[in-house]
Amino acid sequence: MNTRTLALAAFAALALALGGCSSMKKSDGTEAPVSDATGAGAGAGGVGAGGGRWSGGALDDPSSPLSKRVLFFEYDSAELRADSMDVLRAHGSYLAGNRGTNVTVEGHCDERGSREYNLALGERRAQAVKRYLEADGVSAAQISIISYGEERPADPGHDESAWAQNRRAVLVY
Amino acid sequence: MKRLLLLIALWGWHLTAAAGLTIEITEGAQGALPIAVVPFGGTSPEDVAGIIANDLKRSGRFRPLPVADMLVKPHQASEVDYRDWRALKQESLVVGQVNGGPGNYQVRVELLDVFRGQGLGSWQFNAASQRDLRATAHHIADLVYEALTGERGAFATRIAYITGLRSADGKERVAVQVADSDGASPQTIFSSTEPVLSISWSPDGRRLAYVSFENRKPAIFVQDVYSGQRQKVADFPGINGAPAWSPDGRELAVTLSKDGNPDIFVLDVASGSVRPVTRHPAIDTEPAWSPDGRSIIFTSDRGGQPQIYKVSAAGGEPQRITFEGKYNAKASYSRDGRYIAMVTRDGGDFRIGVLDTSSKAFRTVSDGPLDESPSFAPNGSMIIYAARAQGRGVLYAVSADGRTRHRLTLDVGDVREPVWSPFSNR
Repeated sequence: MNTRTLALAAFAALALALGGCSSMKKSDGTEAPVSDATGAGAGAGGVGAGGGRWSGGALDDPSSPLSKRVLFFEYDSAELRADSMDVLRAHGSYLAGNRGTNVTVEGHCDERGSREYNLALGERRAQAVKRYLEADGVSAAQISIISYGEERPADPGHDESAWAQNRRAVLVY
Repeated sequence: MKRLLLLIALWGWHLTAAAGLTIEITEGAQGALPIAVVPFGGTSPEDVAGIIANDLKRSGRFRPLPVADMLVKPHQASEVDYRDWRALKQESLVVGQVNGGPGNYQVRVELLDVFRGQGLGSWQFNAASQRDLRATAHHIADLVYEALTGERGAFATRIAYITGLRSADGKERVAVQVADSDGASPQTIFSSTEPVLSISWSPDGRRLAYVSFENRKPAIFVQDVYSGQRQKVADFPGINGAPAWSPDGRELAVTLSKDGNPDIFVLDVASGSVRPVTRHPAIDTEPAWSPDGRSIIFTSDRGGQPQIYKVSAAGGEPQRITFEGKYNAKASYSRDGRYIAMVTRDGGDFRIGVLDTSSKAFRTVSDGPLDESPSFAPNGSMIIYAARAQGRGVLYAVSADGRTRHRLTLDVGDVREPVWSPFSNR
C-alpha cells in the first residue's frame, strides 16, 4: 500500500466520520449545507436532498448533491479533499445503482508550472476520483477519464482565486 | 545557399499568412561592440541593412550605429574613408548594395575592420523574391556575427509557437505557427478549437511533432512544415504527450500513460513501435534528448516534487540532476550539451533556470511570475521562453548571459510554447 492509497483511505474514513450532514464549500467560496446523498441517487425520480419531491431524473434535480459536478484540489496535489466526499459518495451510489449510466471524469490544473507536467497531474486527479468511485461500487467500465491539464481553465484569470477554480475534476454525464 | 533559397521558394505555398509578432528590446546590453551597418545602395523592397542591424542588436553582442548618426553612406569598400568611422568610434562596418529586380536580385556585401582599415569578408547572393531578400539579410547577419565573434550565428532560423485567441463565448482557437527568428513572416501550420501543445522540431527543420486534442483526446501528430502533410503517430489510451525528436530524426521520446500512469517511451516514427524507457508509479514526462542521443532528461515527481532526472536512452536507473528549488520541470539541452534550461519555482514565481552541467552552477535568467517553456537558439546564444506581460501571453528571448532581452508580442491574443528551430542547411 503506497502513501497515496493511505491518504485516500484516510480521507474516506474522515468523510465517514463526518457523517451525513457535513457542509460543503461551494465554488463561490460560500458554505452550503449538503445532506447525505446515499438515498438520493438510487434511481430516477428519487427524493431530492432538499426534501421536496423532484419529478425529473435524479441527475437533473438541482437540490441533489448530484447536481454538483466539480471537485477542487490543492496546488500540485491529487488528494481528494474532505469537502469533496459528500458529492463523490452521491455520485458513487448513483452510478452503482445505475449500471447503464457512464461518466467521464475530466482532470484540470491551474496554469502554474509546465504544461505537460500539468497534463499528467490532471490525469492523476481524474484517476483519484475514478478510484474513489470504484471503491464505492461503481464498475470501472462506467468511468472514463481524460486530462486537459491547464489547457481548459474554468476561470481565465491569473490569480489565486482563478487558480483555485481551475484545479479541479469535473464529472461529465 | 542554393539549398536555402530552394527551401525558401517552396516555403509557404500552401500555408496561410498569420498575424505578425511585434518585437521590442526591453533590456539592452552594456559593452556591446559598436558596428555601423550602412543602408544598402540600389533598390530593394526590403531594408536589408536594417534587418542585419536589428539581428545583431537583438543578440546583445552588438550596438549598431543609428542611421541618423552616419555622416556618409558608402556602398562598397572603395568608397570608404575609415577616418569617418573612427571618428564615430565604430569598430566594424558593413556596406553593400542590392541590384536587379523582382525574380533576380543580386546582393553584394562587405565587412570591414575600421581600426585596421581592411576588409574581413565579402559575399554575393542571388535572391528571387522579397521573401528571399529577408532570408539573405538574416544569412548575412549570421556571417557577420560569425566573423566577429567566432560563433555561428542563428538569425537565419525560425521559431515555432502556439497562439491562442479567445472568442466572446470563452472558447479558445489555438494555432501552431512558424515565423522567422525575428518574428517576421508568420505562417499558420495547424489550428483547432481543441487544445494543441508541446511542439518539437525535427533535427532537419522540416517537420514538427505536437500534441492535438482534435479527436477529443491527446494524440501526437507529425506535420511537414513545407508540404503540410500530416500524420498521427501516437494515439494510445490516456496521455500521448511531450514529443521530442531524437538527434537522428528517427525517433520521438514521448510520454504515454497507456499502462496506468505517465512514463517515458521511445517511438520509432517509421514503424510506430514503442519501447519503454522509464517505469515508475510517479509522473515521468517532458523528455528531452542529450545532443549525442545517448541519454534522455525528463521531469519526474518520484521524489515528491517535480525535478529533472537523467536516464540512458536504452532505459535503466534514472539519476536526479537538479537539487536547487522545489519545482524544476520542462528541461532541454543547449546544442553543445553544456547547458540545460528549465522552468524553476522561485518562491511563488515560475522562472527560467539554466544549469551548467560541467560546473553544476544554477542561475535564473528571467524575472517574471509565470515564465515557462524555455528553448535554446541552435547556437546557444539565446533562450526563448513564454511569459505573461500586461495580461497577455508573450514571448521573451534573453541572451544566454542574461544581459539582453527582447519581447515578441502578438497584435491580438496570446502566444506561448516557443521552440527555436535547428540551424537551416547552408
